[in-house]
Amino acid sequence: MAVELLKGNVAFAEAAVRAGCEAYFGYPITPQTEALEHMAKRMPELGRVFVQAESEVAAINMVYGAAAAGARVMTSSSSPGVSLMMEGISYIAGSEVPAVVVDVMRGGPGLGNIAPAQCDYLQMVKGGGHGDYRSIVLAPSTVQELIDHTVLAFDLAEAWRTIVVVLADGSLGQMMEGAELPPMRPPRPPSERAAWALTGAIGRPTNLVSSIHLEPSEEEAFNQRLQAKYAAIEAAEVRVEEHLTGDARIAVVAFGTAARLAKTAIAAARDDGLAVGVLRPITLDPFPTAALRALAERVDGLLVVEMNAGQMLQDVQRVVAERVPVRFFGRTGGVMPMPEEIGAAIRELAHEVGAADDAAPWQEVPA
Amino acid sequence: MTTAPLATTPVYERPDALTDVPTHYCPGCTHGIAHRLIAEVIDELGVRETTIGVASVGCSVFAYRYFATDFAQAAHGRAPAMATGLKRVSPERLVFTYQGDGDLASIGAAEILHAAARGEAITVFFLNNATYGMTGGQMAPTSLIGQKTTSSPLGRDAASQGSPIRMSELIAQLDGAAYVVRRSLHDVVQIKRAKKAIREAFEVQQRGLGFAMVELLSSCPTNWGMAPDEALGWIRDAMVPAYPLGDFKVPEGLRPARKGAHA
Amino acid sequence: MTHAERPIADVVIAGFGGQGVLFAGQLLAHAALDAGLHTTWFPSYGPEMRGGTANCTVVVADGPIGSPVVGRPQAAIVLNLPSLDRYEPLVAPGGLLVVNTSLVDRAVARDDLDVVAIPADDVAAELGHPKLTNVVLLGALLARHPALRALGRLTPEHLATTLARVLPERHHHLLGANRAALERGAELAGAAPAAVAPTGA
Repeated sequence: MAVELLKGNVAFAEAAVRAGCEAYFGYPITPQTEALEHMAKRMPELGRVFVQAESEVAAINMVYGAAAAGARVMTSSSSPGVSLMMEGISYIAGSEVPAVVVDVMRGGPGLGNIAPAQCDYLQMVKGGGHGDYRSIVLAPSTVQELIDHTVLAFDLAEAWRTIVVVLADGSLGQMMEGAELPPMRPPRPPSERAAWALTGAIGRPTNLVSSIHLEPSEEEAFNQRLQAKYAAIEAAEVRVEEHLTGDARIAVVAFGTAARLAKTAIAAARDDGLAVGVLRPITLDPFPTAALRALAERVDGLLVVEMNAGQMLQDVQRVVAERVPVRFFGRTGGVMPMPEEIGAAIRELAHEVGAADDAAPWQEVPA
Repeated sequence: MTTAPLATTPVYERPDALTDVPTHYCPGCTHGIAHRLIAEVIDELGVRETTIGVASVGCSVFAYRYFATDFAQAAHGRAPAMATGLKRVSPERLVFTYQGDGDLASIGAAEILHAAARGEAITVFFLNNATYGMTGGQMAPTSLIGQKTTSSPLGRDAASQGSPIRMSELIAQLDGAAYVVRRSLHDVVQIKRAKKAIREAFEVQQRGLGFAMVELLSSCPTNWGMAPDEALGWIRDAMVPAYPLGDFKVPEGLRPARKGAHA
Repeated sequence: MTHAERPIADVVIAGFGGQGVLFAGQLLAHAALDAGLHTTWFPSYGPEMRGGTANCTVVVADGPIGSPVVGRPQAAIVLNLPSLDRYEPLVAPGGLLVVNTSLVDRAVARDDLDVVAIPADDVAAELGHPKLTNVVLLGALLARHPALRALGRLTPEHLATTLARVLPERHHHLLGANRAALERGAELAGAAPAAVAPTGA
């Protein structure tokens, strides 16, 4: 494989194809429609399943059906469509079948707009659907990572029998960047589907895929099992990137696109002699609690940067628990924070906590 | 005749496709009959091990307990979408849904129409008892004009509560629908006809002819506030006139040609 | 590399939908990738499918790219007046502004920019391919942008090779014209003195 210039939406769709995705169900919505269009072409030519559903409600329930049959299955959508999928996501979580959902977030609430945003954090990370369920939520920040996370999402979904959300945004979906697609992995033959799957009860007891436990004590036991699984996921699957945090006195905490914007901002801030780094949660659930707590012990202040009004901020505040000042800079409504603005917020925080006072201009770089 | 030895040939047994579990359905409810008919057909076709059912939400939410086949339990109204997903990745399996009128004709109206329009190769059993049984007898999209329910206590009023939806007639309009018939479960003759239709609806799927649906007029004595026999009479006298029995669409060649066969 | 260094170039290309703004950016990005560089192409995307305003940002770097968008681009190509009005104030001091004077009837007001003024619609028409306005201007940018020019890898010849790779076969009869447009743009950029006011349309 070679590095190609790939559009995010096409890249993750093709990555899913190469990860052995057997079925895709979706509904057109900007800014992710290119993914649906790619699947509409690719899946039939490979003899796999593509259905344009009548709604996102139907799409996620088709995903539920195919997942119940033990097939590798995915859907993709954008914020308003994902809101419609919440019912199905809860059922999928409640019946523990594996499925992959890619959310290419856009501005909201309501119809909002089609510009890049990160305002589905709470919806995707904290639930959104009803019940005590959690999803694994991956937050790519480059087209390469969008590809890699899509492949990883299928493996994690099957390993843990859970929903895995790839939480991208309109900029990642629409931009082009050099990236390398994975090699083609052929789909698993139907004869090798999981033992729990609905494959027909040939020579075995019948299987049931259901999320109903009418007896409260049974439902509670099921919930306890789910929580134990989530604890195991938390112990095994946290992924985080720390970028220039070794000597940092200020750290930006940001995910996805906001994190890459922040990297440019801190490069400029470092040019000005500020010791700044970035902590980037790659898994938003499970959240990188330990890494963030350790970082909070070392730095003088944290700046959370998001393309929303402060959603992950709540998790950062929870984890940091007032060890250090936590400030927030965000843009909403589909407005991307420019690195220059992030830089200004970094400088403001540095001055507030005294991290700029002794910052020698150790790296004099002409503008 | 009276001296003949006792017959040892069983004339009535539990089909293999039914589990040996008492149902939760109310006395006199026709769900049990519908379950049995479907199970008998599954046995007769020899497809118990290759059939996957999809239960809906409503009184038949526990259908999966009673069928000895693989089963999924769908969200309210979404059984046709879930069945679409199952069937598309398991084309060699028979997939059927079992849905009530609230599930299919109200909250799941979009899903059933589009599954039919796509010609999904699934078989749908639509139990129409003109009420929401599980939640306690509220007005359904199929409740009759004037029918008193807990949410239409003065009787369904067309001006404010709309008119009953005849789903079979509606769905038969769609090119993707291959087989759409309405039967009733109110007496033995009708029950026998219903079983034939259930068998045909599975055969349509087996032969890859497209979407198949059997609507079954059913009773709900508990929520109708009637004795079981009275409820069967109400199907015959009130429901059948509003929901005429018959074949709305039958694919050519499904039935052997015979004289006087209706289209 | 240890952190996102300053990119070699960030370029905004802006104009009307249909002027090939997004394509010009993609060509630059493809060519950069072919030259072994890192690149991002970031489009404006709106509900209008045709005819609205369009812009894209291309970042070219030696290593991983942080932000694919910039508040103060180092360089801009503006294909019409609204785009000049929007981006003239934003180009970083000392930056490069390439103006299609065929559709701009005012002078560039700032005096701290390197301005390349080319009546690119007319130039493209003279070349016999009026739709290659975008390519003429891209040729001018690549010849004039100090860091991109210094690379020595994004020449008209190199871009022509890239085009041959990315253009669908059915458009290959236009490869020669595209190369000519790139070369003509480069030639005019070389000839245009710095910070000169455009002549107007």
